[in-house]
Formats: sequence, C-alpha cells, structure tokens
Amino acid sequence: MIDKFRADPADALAPIPSGASVAVGGFGSSGRPDTLLDALCDLDRRDLHVIVNNVGSDFTGIGRLLAEGRIRRLTASFPVLPEFYDDYFAGRVELELIPQGTLAERLRAGGAGIAAFYTPSGAGTMLSDGEFPLGYDADGDIAVRMPARERREFGGREHILEYGIVADYALVKAYLGDPKGNLRFRLSARNFNPLAAMAGRHTFAEVEHLVGTGELQPDDIHLPGVFVDEVLLASERSPRQPTIARLSS
Amino acid sequence: MTEATAAATGGRDREGIAVRLARDLRDGYVVNLGVGIPLLIPRYIPADVEVILHAENGVLGLGPPAPAGHEDPDLTDAGKQPATLIAGAAIVDSAMSFAIVRGGHLDVTVLGALQVSARGDLANWYVPGRNPAVGGAMDLVAGAREVWAVMEHVDRGGRPKIVEQCTFPLTGREVVTRVYTDLAIFHIADGRLRLTECAPGIGPAAIRERTAAPYIEDFDTDDRQDR
Repeated sequence: MIDKFRADPADALAPIPSGASVAVGGFGSSGRPDTLLDALCDLDRRDLHVIVNNVGSDFTGIGRLLAEGRIRRLTASFPVLPEFYDDYFAGRVELELIPQGTLAERLRAGGAGIAAFYTPSGAGTMLSDGEFPLGYDADGDIAVRMPARERREFGGREHILEYGIVADYALVKAYLGDPKGNLRFRLSARNFNPLAAMAGRHTFAEVEHLVGTGELQPDDIHLPGVFVDEVLLASERSPRQPTIARLSS
Repeated sequence: MTEATAAATGGRDREGIAVRLARDLRDGYVVNLGVGIPLLIPRYIPADVEVILHAENGVLGLGPPAPAGHEDPDLTDAGKQPATLIAGAAIVDSAMSFAIVRGGHLDVTVLGALQVSARGDLANWYVPGRNPAVGGAMDLVAGAREVWAVMEHVDRGGRPKIVEQCTFPLTGREVVTRVYTDLAIFHIADGRLRLTECAPGIGPAAIRERTAAPYIEDFDTDDRQDR
C-alpha cells in the first residue's frame, strides 16, 4: 500500500545532506513551504544550492536559510532582500540570475526529461552574454561570471539555449494532498510549486490539509503523486474552504 | 522629470499618462501591467472596453487590489500585493503563465523604462551598482505582441531617456513598439521611431530638444486603422 504521509518533518528531511541542490516552490510568501524550510534550517545543513523564484522580504522561509548562512548558491529571478545582496557582493553566496519565465521552464523541463530548450527571453542581454557576475570574492571583485549561453537564430530572431534543472530535492506546498501524494493548490499559491516538485529527484510536499485517498477527484488533481515522494502537514493551515475565487464586484 | 518641472513645462502628469494610454487599449486585449505608472491604468479603462489582466504569478483575470480585511494570502498579484479576481478568471502555474507570455498570447505588456532606443531596445531592469533582480521583464518583452514603455521623457537630471543607444543594461533588443511619456507618444516599427502625438500644451520643438534620437514626425497615424 502506498502511504507517503510522514508525521515528523525533521525525520523526513534528515537525509538531505549539506551541499544538496534544493528546488523550492512559492512566490514571495505565497505558497512557500515554510514548515519544510524551518525543518531544513533546524537540521543545520550548509552549502545548499537553492533554486527558488524569490527570497522574500524578511527572515522567514528562504530568508531564514540565508540569514543562517546556509546557502552557497541561489538560482532565482528576484532576490530583493537587501541582506542577500550584502552576502552576494561580499562573496558569501553566488547568484545565478534567471528570467522568471526561463526559471519556470527550466524546472518544468528538468522534470519532463527535456535537457535544454531555446528561448528568446534574455537574448542579447547581460544575463546571456557571459557578463553577469555569478560570484564575487571577499574583496568585492568579480570572481566568476555566469556562462554565456549558446545562441541560435529561429525565424530571424535570436534565441538562447537554457538547460533543464534537476534538483537533488524539492520542497513544495499545496492546499490539499492525499496519501498517494496527489496535490491540489489554491489560487495563486500554485505558482512555482508544481514545477519545483517535478524538478526534484526526491520531492517533499507540505499540505494544509491531508485528505483520504479518493477524496480528491482525478480531474481536480493539479499535480499527480508520481512527482511527490513524501507528504507532510503544514504547521500553519488556513481553514478548509471551497476553492472558489474571491471575485471582485 | 519631477511633477513640479512637468507642471512648469506643461505635459501630462503620471495620472494623465495612464489616462491617455488606457484609451489605446482595445476590447478583448490581454494585458500585463508592470509596477509604477502602469498600475494606475486599470481605473481609466473605458467601461465599454473589456481587458483581461495577466499577472506573472499565474493569474489571468486579475481584479482590483483586495480591500482591507478581505486579503487572502493565497491570492496576490505579481507585486505580492493582496489581489482579487474578476468573474471568468483562471489560475495557472508559473510555466503556463510564461507560456502565455512567450507564446504571443499577450496583446500588450506595459512597462516602466530607464531608457528606450530609437530601434526599440529597452533598458528597465538594472542600474549598475544597485541590487540586480530581473523578475519576468525579459520574458514579457520577448513574448508580448506589443511592448509599451511608459516613462518620464527625461530623467531627474534632465537627460533624455529616448536615446540612440541605451547605456543601461538591456532588457530586450528591438522590442518596444510604443513609448508614452509626459510630453509625447512615439511608435516604433521596422527600426524607425515616429513621433505620433504631442501632449496638450507641448509643441514639437520642446520634444525635439528633449529627445536624443532621430525620429520622424507622423501625426496622421491612426493606429485603429493599422489593426
């Protein structure tokens, strides 16, 4: 019998070693798996390569990992947190800056077995020409730059080659989940969660509500359990409610 | 240009630019709005024009900001502010959201700009020396069918922002199709910049003085007929 539910986040995440790559869902704090991120911090891992759209605006979630010095490289489109940049310019963390749509597609591709794809996003910019600083040294000088992308013209327009991302682990959050790992998200908290889940070799999902097998109708499942290895309960949960959007008048 | 200098020389203020741009949105358009002046646009869209607003975080059919007391942490706009949905809205994941963008399914993206070149190069994501963050800007300009840049005509130091070559890092090459400023409206097509409209009280000479790129004056354009 398949039962992917795990009661204890610390036990479940314990196999994640220092140095692992971890794809994380969420857009700011919306849909961010804070229960899993807190458990990862408590495990005292270091040198993580975190792939996530944004850091957030405070020291919760990804911000906590960062404040505790656990991140070696961040792959993101919109870091924003000022303290992140202090670490970046001081050579304590690397930044692989990726256009948001390219990041989403790289995660999807990695999970879908697509090694790489050509996209027009970022063509002819410093995010594809080999100029953008990936990392600084302790003196604040550029130590290493993001590699230049391979270029190719399609229909008279320049495209660049971007690689699919496969992460050692993925941490995601969903609204509903069942013991088979099937997930349903709520409103715009879906964002990067299905994609990060696909990209993980081993994926942990925290859910606001665990429902019985069969309660989620097949047509209502946003991400099938085949992409999810372990299901845990989120420590903060909104009341269960019908997924009816709040409509403006 | 500050509000004060804008007032001194005439031209449109931020609201005025939004009002003018809103008149060019056509019924049925799917539109992505950037931060700043673009966010002022929805309230000025004429009542008989239905526009679907797209947000990068996977919302198609964004409504007005959520009123106080009705925020839902699971529903935000691309600026992470509490949002609402219109009837008929749809939610998608981030890959589908950018499939909409890159796949040419977005009629217009309206973005703020640091500089626009005569050929339509756009610089709007990064000022060297500051903290770099790109978000979805490069995808939006690469994918939307039209890219409308909204900005003050000159910067705070009085330097033109419409230039022959951008000096700030580019967001995309040859992507901008229109520029709306406090003083004028330009169209860009086939690598050519055309001045199509002067703001009320502004003469062509004042625009010429404040524009650092060659352009032609073309006040007879009616883009309704172009479409």
